[in-house]
Amino acid sequence: MVKLDAKIPQGPLAEKWTNYKAHQNLVNPANKRRLDIIVIGTGLAGASAAASFGELGFNVKAFGIHDSPRRAHSIAAQGGINAAKNYPNDGDSIYRLFYDTIKGGDYRSREANVYRLAEVSNNIIDQCVAQGVPFAREYGGLLDNRSFGGAQVSRTFYARGQTGQQLLLGAYSALSKEIAKGSVKMHTRSEILDFVLVDGRARGVITRDLISGKIERHSAHAVVLATGGYGNVFFLSTNAMASNGSAAWKAYKKGAFFGNPSFTQIHPTCIPVHGAYQSKLTLMSESLRNDGRIWVPKFKEDAEKIQKGQLKPTELGEDRRDYYLERRYPAFGNLVPRDVASRAAKERCDAGFGVGSTGLAVYLDFADAIKRLGKHVIEARYGNLFQMYEKIVDENPYETPMMIYPAVHYTMGGIWVDYELQTTIPGLFAAGEANFSDHGANRLGASALMQGLSDGYFVLPYTIQNYLADQIQVPRISTELPEFEQAEKEALSQIEKLLAVNGKETVDSFHRKLGLIMWDFVGMARNKEGLEKAIKDIQELRADFWKNVKVPGTNQMVNPELEKAIRVADYLELGELMARDALMRNESCGGHFREEYQTPEGEALRSDDVFNFVAAWEYKGENAEPAMHKEPLVFEFIEVKQRNYK
Amino acid sequence: MDLTLKIWRQASAEGKGKFVNYQVQNISADASFLEMLDILNERLVVEGEDPVAFDHDCREGICGACSIYINGRPHGPDRGITTCQMHMRNFKDGETIVIEPWRAKPFPVIKDLMVDRSAFDAIIQAGGYVSVSTGGVPDANAIPIPKRKADEAMDAAACIGCGACVAACKNASAMLFVSAKVSQFALLPQGRLEARERVQKMVAKMDELGFGNCTNTYACEAECPKEISVSHIARMNREFLGAKLLSEK
Ligand SMILES: Cc1cc2nc3c(=O)[nH]c(=O)nc-3n(C[C@H](O)[C@H](O)[C@H](O)COP(=O)(O)OP(=O)(O)OC[C@H]3O[C@@H](n4cnc5c(N)ncnc54)[C@H](O)[C@@H]3O)c2cc1C
Ligand code: FES
Repeated sequence: MVKLDAKIPQGPLAEKWTNYKAHQNLVNPANKRRLDIIVIGTGLAGASAAASFGELGFNVKAFGIHDSPRRAHSIAAQGGINAAKNYPNDGDSIYRLFYDTIKGGDYRSREANVYRLAEVSNNIIDQCVAQGVPFAREYGGLLDNRSFGGAQVSRTFYARGQTGQQLLLGAYSALSKEIAKGSVKMHTRSEILDFVLVDGRARGVITRDLISGKIERHSAHAVVLATGGYGNVFFLSTNAMASNGSAAWKAYKKGAFFGNPSFTQIHPTCIPVHGAYQSKLTLMSESLRNDGRIWVPKFKEDAEKIQKGQLKPTELGEDRRDYYLERRYPAFGNLVPRDVASRAAKERCDAGFGVGSTGLAVYLDFADAIKRLGKHVIEARYGNLFQMYEKIVDENPYETPMMIYPAVHYTMGGIWVDYELQTTIPGLFAAGEANFSDHGANRLGASALMQGLSDGYFVLPYTIQNYLADQIQVPRISTELPEFEQAEKEALSQIEKLLAVNGKETVDSFHRKLGLIMWDFVGMARNKEGLEKAIKDIQELRADFWKNVKVPGTNQMVNPELEKAIRVADYLELGELMARDALMRNESCGGHFREEYQTPEGEALRSDDVFNFVAAWEYKGENAEPAMHKEPLVFEFIEVKQRNYK
Repeated sequence: MDLTLKIWRQASAEGKGKFVNYQVQNISADASFLEMLDILNERLVVEGEDPVAFDHDCREGICGACSIYINGRPHGPDRGITTCQMHMRNFKDGETIVIEPWRAKPFPVIKDLMVDRSAFDAIIQAGGYVSVSTGGVPDANAIPIPKRKADEAMDAAACIGCGACVAACKNASAMLFVSAKVSQFALLPQGRLEARERVQKMVAKMDELGFGNCTNTYACEAECPKEISVSHIARMNREFLGAKLLSEK
């Protein structure tokens, strides 16, 4: 029986990280040069890690599927990044950021990790400013903060509506500096096909050059996985088109446990689906909820007329509107956490009160805010978002309320890691959205950027040394070892298998079908029956895929259809694991809502006695059921409570 | 709507390209331009033909991956947006749309509409950074920065590195891209310290990579999806001149 060891350091919460750093093993400068580290993915987490390793003197090889590290999906983050600076003097502290994150995650994350995250959050802001990140400032020249995602304090730093872009460009510039110096070798347009283990340790990867199709072997003393989240398993999501779960899935199949795979965040404010040709969904920043009021018609007949285009929302008087969030959650109103807001929208639409031609949308209305503050203020705050909305929907949100609906946005689940961010494969580390670590069952706004940069700048540069200190005697790993040859052979045969199917249906058509199964049964509301059906349906779809998919072209060329096919083949397995995990968890917590487990008022009902653990899944072979291991969550420092936003 | 697409097809960097005509039917005016290409590609796959390769990722105008020349303009007819943000309602039923890759020597075609823009990365590597390492930096509020300057730095930093400026320029000049980075750092105290060396190194790299000279036609600003201002080019020229004068002393 595997024992999961989270390796949480001893001592009081606030001293754990300091203690760890004081006692960990280090590698001396001469030895660093002789040690190789592979970093897969150069989004916020990977780029910050690779740059920092390079600065320390390690020999780094970094990989990404994009043509430039600057284009990683992190670039798309809009709203901001949290830190416990307490610059506004409004009562924030490391403890409060820690507490909010644990509570927001519905008590399903590890105290020690989350505390460390809050602790290093301030260093991140310092670092980014030193790199020349142009954060928003006040007239006095100091940094501006805003409140985000329902936090009671203003702790969010931002750069217009492009925070992710500016942070990524900061990390990219640090990475570029190291590439120029020669300490990092960057491989762009290069996809990981598999991991190579030698004597049970991660020692390398097999990659495919996305231009030539060439399969390559790369070796190292340690490997970092930072390939982002897998929200695209749902086909439609706010993630960029190339975001994928394949590297994480390959790691899982090589022995890395997968933590809480079903924990998915559905973001409440996205532009609704409009047609069958739709390729992705667009997020409307959560900051809009600071001033917009969410409502649907109070009466079904009005909703029906609106759906048919016979009635305009502006024609409905106050007495015919239902501001359902303000009604249900008077204390937090429109600012309840994402999972709560998303479910409430779904509940209204399922009950027949939705708007738009599909009935799958609710209004986000700025009329009151415009009346109160003036159009120019709203324009200054959200002008770019309003413009983006108008380009897509062809309606003017200053005049008619925006329509929004929840969409898949983020995966809290991911590769299981211990306190050192090491997976269950020795020498393989996971960072950023790819790991399961800090957000429990629901992530708070502006904390993914914080976690990615915390992992990359301030955690891994320490913890990886603790591992590598042990490896200084190990010479450079040869890629001629039989383990590399075997892994390469397997990767190639998987590609040949895909190309040989030569069926009639496109990869996208399978992906779309999978997405529908996932959205209907493994989405915002789940139940036993639906999840069992999803598992069966996914298995059938997977069998169909391997009989009927059509992947054109060859391996030796630019072949985006082949790239998608490799990823969808993995999604067809990962989707099933997500359903299994959701089925196992007989409780509701955060973004995981099981309809059987709710309070009479329809709120999520946790079962702390039974489910206060991280589910870490172990791969057991192609046709075998995976094994589930539990990492019990011990709350030593805070009291576990039912979340209450009323 | 029904459309004729005249698309540049080129099998590889070495291959010789040519235009090929395709018909697409029943395209919704609400579909995006790239969704229209998705529809075409799905059909081509089913018909056993090679789908059209193009770069794209975020599909919301921020990653800078999409890079298509539409009817003779980078990112198409609408101002201030990228290809992926363009919707089909910008076109007329029955129209013929000409679809090409960026055409500039320093951006060689990889396949069809995909080009190699790694030259931009090389310019950044030449000096587009502040030389600080992780840790040991001062508190973020230690140096106040006037809001006006921070805002202007942010205007410059908004560049998405798509390369439309180069594609729009008859000289394939990268001045707008380079000046945006030079300007961002020159405006901030953190970047100021290395401003002189930075501008010299980045300009030298730009020249070495075969980007052309700026002859002030301002096509770059007109076609930039982020509407980056040519005033950054003026700032860079001042920085460059200043750096040169100093180094000649
Ligand atoms: C629209 C949107 C807005 C958001 N806004 C915010 C916000 O305001 N605040 C916040 O905190 N969070 C926000 N998030 C979440 C946050 O942006 C992400 O969680 C975070 O950026 C992920 O960073 P990462 O480094 O883990 O991964 P990514 O940035 O996704 O990087 C993944 C890297 O891995 C590479 N890669 C992927 N697959 C492979 C493979 N198979 N082989 C090799 N390389 C591979 C890619 O090339 C890339 O370099 C937002 C997310 C979205 C979708
Ligand atoms: S696809 Fe990202 S900017 Fe167009």
